[in-house]
Amino acid sequence: MAAPVPKRVRTLVTPEGVPLRWELGEASERAGAFLIDAAIMLAILMALVLVLIRPILRTTLGAGTSADEAGLTLFLLAAFALRNLYFAGWELTPRAATPGKRVLGLRVAARDGGRLTAEAVFARNATRELEVWLPLSFLGAQAEAVDTWTALLGLTWSAVFLLFPLFNKDRLRAGDLIAGTWVVKAPRRRLLPDLAAERPHSALFGGTTRPHFTFTPDQVDAYGVKELHVLEEVLRTRHAPTLTEVAARIRTKIGWTAGAGERDRDFLEAYYAALRRRLEGQLLFGRRRRDKHDRG
Amino acid sequence: MTLELRSTRFRAEREEAWLKLECLLGRAERGGARELTDDELVSIPALYRSALSSLNTARAISLDQALIDYLEALCARAYVFNYGARASLGERIGRFFAHDWPAAVRALWPETLVAALAMLLGAALSYSLVSADPEWFYSVIPAEMAQGRTPAASTEELRATLYGQEDEEGRTGLGVFAAFLFTHNAQIAIGAFALGFAFGAPSVLLLVFNGAVLGAFVQLFVSRGLGGDVGGWLLIHGVTELWAVTLAGAAGMSIGRALAYPGRRTRLEAAADAGRRAGVAIAGVVVMLAVAGLLEGVGRQVVTSTSLRYAVAAATAVFWGAYFFRPGPSRG
Repeated sequence: MAAPVPKRVRTLVTPEGVPLRWELGEASERAGAFLIDAAIMLAILMALVLVLIRPILRTTLGAGTSADEAGLTLFLLAAFALRNLYFAGWELTPRAATPGKRVLGLRVAARDGGRLTAEAVFARNATRELEVWLPLSFLGAQAEAVDTWTALLGLTWSAVFLLFPLFNKDRLRAGDLIAGTWVVKAPRRRLLPDLAAERPHSALFGGTTRPHFTFTPDQVDAYGVKELHVLEEVLRTRHAPTLTEVAARIRTKIGWTAGAGERDRDFLEAYYAALRRRLEGQLLFGRRRRDKHDRG
Repeated sequence: MTLELRSTRFRAEREEAWLKLECLLGRAERGGARELTDDELVSIPALYRSALSSLNTARAISLDQALIDYLEALCARAYVFNYGARASLGERIGRFFAHDWPAAVRALWPETLVAALAMLLGAALSYSLVSADPEWFYSVIPAEMAQGRTPAASTEELRATLYGQEDEEGRTGLGVFAAFLFTHNAQIAIGAFALGFAFGAPSVLLLVFNGAVLGAFVQLFVSRGLGGDVGGWLLIHGVTELWAVTLAGAAGMSIGRALAYPGRRTRLEAAADAGRRAGVAIAGVVVMLAVAGLLEGVGRQVVTSTSLRYAVAAATAVFWGAYFFRPGPSRG
């Protein structure tokens, strides 16, 4: 089992007073989401050009019919709306995420745990001028009269805002800082079956119920919560070699001799249920045994 | 082993409500709130709170990690739905015009004053420089911006630029010209807001530079005895546009100020407060610039009498002043 990677977890207390743990979006995920959105914006812009501008170019230049004018006006306004309202528009929907963020399982939330307001969404996206368009304008500056060093200095200066999220622990963009928001992971999880519950479906497999195991108090006292969770993960991933190895280790640790025809999975499930019963019982009395070394 | 675990029983009793909440959220997220019936919509907050309470209990009594993870993800989703930006668009826009925008502008008054002073300073500086030596004109105003309105042009040519069609853009039609002016200026205003993040310094520079261009321009026309005419030409849309630009700079400065001098609050809190307020102001600035774009692109080309131009300018000044600073119970 790989060691758990330290995650960017923050606790946010809801107005109801229940702390919710949020995992913050990584900088790489944010960048990926932005690239997807940028690609979508570019596609829309190209479609706008095809629909609104191409008919104008085909007519003789300077003829200037009123239909051409309407097309050009529409294009200018649509391009403006796209540049300034694309992000804000999506983030005001119930998902609070742009298509790029949706793909990567991210969403925007207010840092103080309150309502995500429209002005916060507007403010966090208005700063994209500073973070996206300003560096771009310095990148493209060599075409103009600005000399290379000025452009380079400008690029460096504006890169500070672009790379701002990398320099703070909450991965806040300049816009997040100003708007009091942050971007959190919002993964969808399925409700997995309870491993300790009696298996009703076992009847399907020839009506065999779970074999009966009885553990002594000493045997269920061998481990703590940490080991229980590792065992849960092993059982849920169903990787046969790992199951065998873990079963062998536990048998050695608690001094269990395997009976004839005893399957590793059955043994582990029974031990998991027994261990969880024991530890949850302790939990009710206010004692949470962290791991096997925690002897209280 | 026949006895069920307490946590298993706990789960079995509540599972159905969780799955119902998950299903409702899924539909709402796909199709927006319209997708749900009124009853379903009303039931979400109650289901959310019961899921939160389940999570609380599960943390205390259950060691099923998958269950706790599921409940945390479910509660987080429901939380964002419940506390997301969810006022209807019409309501939101109504409140913006009726209350939020004027309130944000009023709250920005110290910065607005400083921003106006910065612009005036730039204007006065370049006015005096250009009157001392007309060569300064060329260092303040780039050639493509001047479009032939330079000290080298004759007085007659200058007069023609004030009352004739806009030479280049005039031919492409007023609607296009207005749209171009609006999008261009609005983009700069939003930039001024964003630059506030660099402690407001670039916002101030932008204002001073804007003032400098204005000062050099006015000086050129005044030196040819066209002072009154250029005033009408500039102010017909300028009252709205300059006011909007000043507000944009002020919005940027308020963020810079909050970041540099957060006072008793933490820097992050102060920045978030200032940012939200400035965000409202800047949305209003975009509206003002749309009006200014229409006045400049269409109004100025249609109204060619100087006195009428001044009348429109005065009317806009009264309108914005009354709108932002009107007394009344809605104030504050």
